Amino acid sequence: MRTGQNTLRAKIRTLTDHAATGLAILSTILVVAPLVAIFVYLIFKGASSLSLDFFIKIPKPEGESGGGMANAIVGSGILLGLASLIGVPIGIAGGIFLSEFGRGTKLANAIRFTADVLNGVPSIVMGVAVYALVVKPSRFMPFSGHFSAFSGGVALGIMMIPTVCRTTEEMLLMVPHAVREAALGLGVPNWRSVLSITVKTASPGIITGCMLAFARVAGETAPLIFTALGNSFWSTNLDQPIAALPLQIYVYAISPYDDQHRLAWAGALVLIALIVIAVSLVRYVTSRGVLKGAS
Amino acid sequence: MGVGIEVINLNAWYGTNHTLQDINLNIPANHATALIGPSGCGKSTFVRCLNRMHETNPIGRVTGTVRIGDLDIYKDAKPVEIRRRVGMVFQRPNPFPTMSIYDNVAAGLKLNGYSSRRVLDEIVEKSLKNSALWDEVKDDLRKKSGASLSGGQQQRLCIARALAVDPEVLLMDEPASALDPVSTSKIEDLIFQLKSQYTIVIVTHNMQQAARVAEKTGFFLNGRMVEFDSTHKIFTNPSDKRTEDYITGRFG
Amino acid sequence: MEVNVNVPEIRISQAQLQPEPASAGEQSRADSPAVEVSAIRSFLLSRGNSAFADRVFHWLMVLCALSIFGIVILIATELVTGSQLTWSRFGFNFFYKAFTDPDTKAILYWDPVNGNFSALPFIYGTLVSSFLGLLMAVPLAIGVAIFLTEMCPGALRGPLAFLTELLAAIPSVIYGLWAVFVLVPLLRQHVNPHLSQLFGWTGFFNDDNPTGLGFISAGVILAIMILPIISSLTREVMSAVPHSQREAVLALGATRWEMIRTGVLRNARIGIVGAVILGLGRALGETMAVTMVIGNSPEIHRSLLANGSTMASVIANEYAEASSDLHLSALTEIGLALFAVTIVVNAIARLLVWAVTRGTPAQIH
Repeated sequence: MRTGQNTLRAKIRTLTDHAATGLAILSTILVVAPLVAIFVYLIFKGASSLSLDFFIKIPKPEGESGGGMANAIVGSGILLGLASLIGVPIGIAGGIFLSEFGRGTKLANAIRFTADVLNGVPSIVMGVAVYALVVKPSRFMPFSGHFSAFSGGVALGIMMIPTVCRTTEEMLLMVPHAVREAALGLGVPNWRSVLSITVKTASPGIITGCMLAFARVAGETAPLIFTALGNSFWSTNLDQPIAALPLQIYVYAISPYDDQHRLAWAGALVLIALIVIAVSLVRYVTSRGVLKGAS
Repeated sequence: MGVGIEVINLNAWYGTNHTLQDINLNIPANHATALIGPSGCGKSTFVRCLNRMHETNPIGRVTGTVRIGDLDIYKDAKPVEIRRRVGMVFQRPNPFPTMSIYDNVAAGLKLNGYSSRRVLDEIVEKSLKNSALWDEVKDDLRKKSGASLSGGQQQRLCIARALAVDPEVLLMDEPASALDPVSTSKIEDLIFQLKSQYTIVIVTHNMQQAARVAEKTGFFLNGRMVEFDSTHKIFTNPSDKRTEDYITGRFG
Repeated sequence: MEVNVNVPEIRISQAQLQPEPASAGEQSRADSPAVEVSAIRSFLLSRGNSAFADRVFHWLMVLCALSIFGIVILIATELVTGSQLTWSRFGFNFFYKAFTDPDTKAILYWDPVNGNFSALPFIYGTLVSSFLGLLMAVPLAIGVAIFLTEMCPGALRGPLAFLTELLAAIPSVIYGLWAVFVLVPLLRQHVNPHLSQLFGWTGFFNDDNPTGLGFISAGVILAIMILPIISSLTREVMSAVPHSQREAVLALGATRWEMIRTGVLRNARIGIVGAVILGLGRALGETMAVTMVIGNSPEIHRSLLANGSTMASVIANEYAEASSDLHLSALTEIGLALFAVTIVVNAIARLLVWAVTRGTPAQIH
């Protein structure tokens, strides 16, 4: 074998290989570094501003120090509750259709594609649409004619539907056909079989899908700017503007007051903590629950 | 107590594939009937026509008449109703993974709306005894999930589940083919005991198994039923040369 | 034909080879509690075939699935009707015309006071910031994808992949918060002066009013935000390339990099293009973080260090307090344009990715 030939060429190839490896490692570091930087900075800045007050007090008037974001946390809870009420049932039902009734049909393919594309539509566009639908005076819509918590919940809920629909479909597709056959063979009506057997078998995965969608809309600000609007006072009224955690963070971040900046950091820490918990739970359950349920 | 099955001019398709051609036979009540034949000959499709499972496949189609007792199952009843009277045990055990042993056996009743706890307890116990699984699981009925049993136990669980709804006919599609020999012989004993109470149709590619448990045997080949007669005759003095070739191992 | 087959004794009762038994179920068994048994049977027989319930259930599911179409139609309808005012007033000119301010004689694009609206600066801002973001994100994202798929030791892969997933989960407003207080001062003090010194002669890096806000900052934060999605999709596409392709190239004596280049990247390039376009789609619509760092000025400047505005950011800033119906309508029309563009871009991207990963289950992004 003549391996001594073209040693220059061989050297260049080896060098390129090493260079490529180096570049790949460099990119990874460049990517991981800002993430770590953001997290570390967030934790430090946020933790130093976090206090019990944060969780129980509402914002002070501008210029005054102290106060908290209690109303924003509660407000986010209400908005997310309303959003889930809208997004989860419709999304799961859509996923059931795609997996159990429409599998392979053109209609299902079109719906799936549309859902994926919808997931990429900017959330601010969703806010504009809901503004026109709910905030503008309307004969059909409840709570219309003004900014309201209801409109914010609707905007977030509509955003959840495509995500929940797709994850539900994926989880249902993983249920082995033998399980469905067993239910059919017993003479169980189709609707009962789908709900009590197929969906139940896939439920760990479906729940994690809902949690993913939940975590995603929990951090959304843009659609709330002109629907829920935000509120400096306590309000749990669906008919009124309501505070939300990401919205409050935004308002405080761009304000000229240092106090409010600190509160923004604290709020960001709380928000990111909730999201990290949700995402980690998802990973944990997915690695255990789905496999257990669908075996 | 079982009923007899009368099959007249049954034809079945998978899309354009004419899987079953002009099947005619009478399956006797309260006996075990075996269906044998090489792979792909249509015997599984045949039993799936008996409880209207074939048509759950989007490209499946059936013509002809199947009478169970005096009921024409394609004309006079809906699939869901038929499947409550004709039980099925599948090739691979398929207990419901999220349910306990108790709930698995009771599934056919609970999911159809039956709720009397006391009666359910009795039926679960009776079904598990009938499928020779009671002694092994009686302490863990509600604690263990159906999927945590061994393969042979799971299949007996599926049999118990099918028996719990008191069917008149029990269809078994190669019930022991995925099991070890010990479990297989347990299941064969089971069939032997059950056949006096139910009409059993068992698909098997194991000829010895057919000979062990069934009074009548049908030989399927390429979608047609070649010969249907008492088991003894099929295996000692078959009328058709093709049957003879199959059971002597010349093909299949 | 007499056949010699080893047939085990059939265990029928001693009454052996009986003729065909009667098919009617005349035999009744005395031992099984017939009363109980037939109670179950009659219960089940009395259950209907639930055709009605099945049909209702079916249509309920269909309706909910069709809501996906309904959402798209809803958004499109509201956006179109909302932009009617501006459309009838300006027509297509809305997207590129410039106006002259009657008092100062300066070129204006966005003039709520006098009722003149042109979307050009926002289109410009969106394109420039997205392009900058892509420029910085794509090489890094592909680099990370290559590292994670082909080079990474197994133990590291899980945590690193989890880390990049986490990047995608951080809300936009938190990126914006960090960008305002960390990134922008960093760029203002340490990067921008050098940029304007070294490249100021090109005209693209004049730093007349150094605040650190502007297209560069927006580009950087956008790059950080779209990186995870480009990277994870690229990883998915690369994993979809069958191992046989890699092995074939290696068997010819290629180095690892050559194997990656010809065995994997070449096969996956369509999907990678799709991943990049998906990242572009994200960048075009990104709102909060961009709003917080781009400076929000409705003017067009050549310099990348100048303030600007994007389609999403102007809507976020002005929608809640729009001064007139025409103003609101102009913002809605910008929203319509954003909607249309992101739909088209996302559809193209999905088609490309789907074409490559056909058959393998897709992740939700």
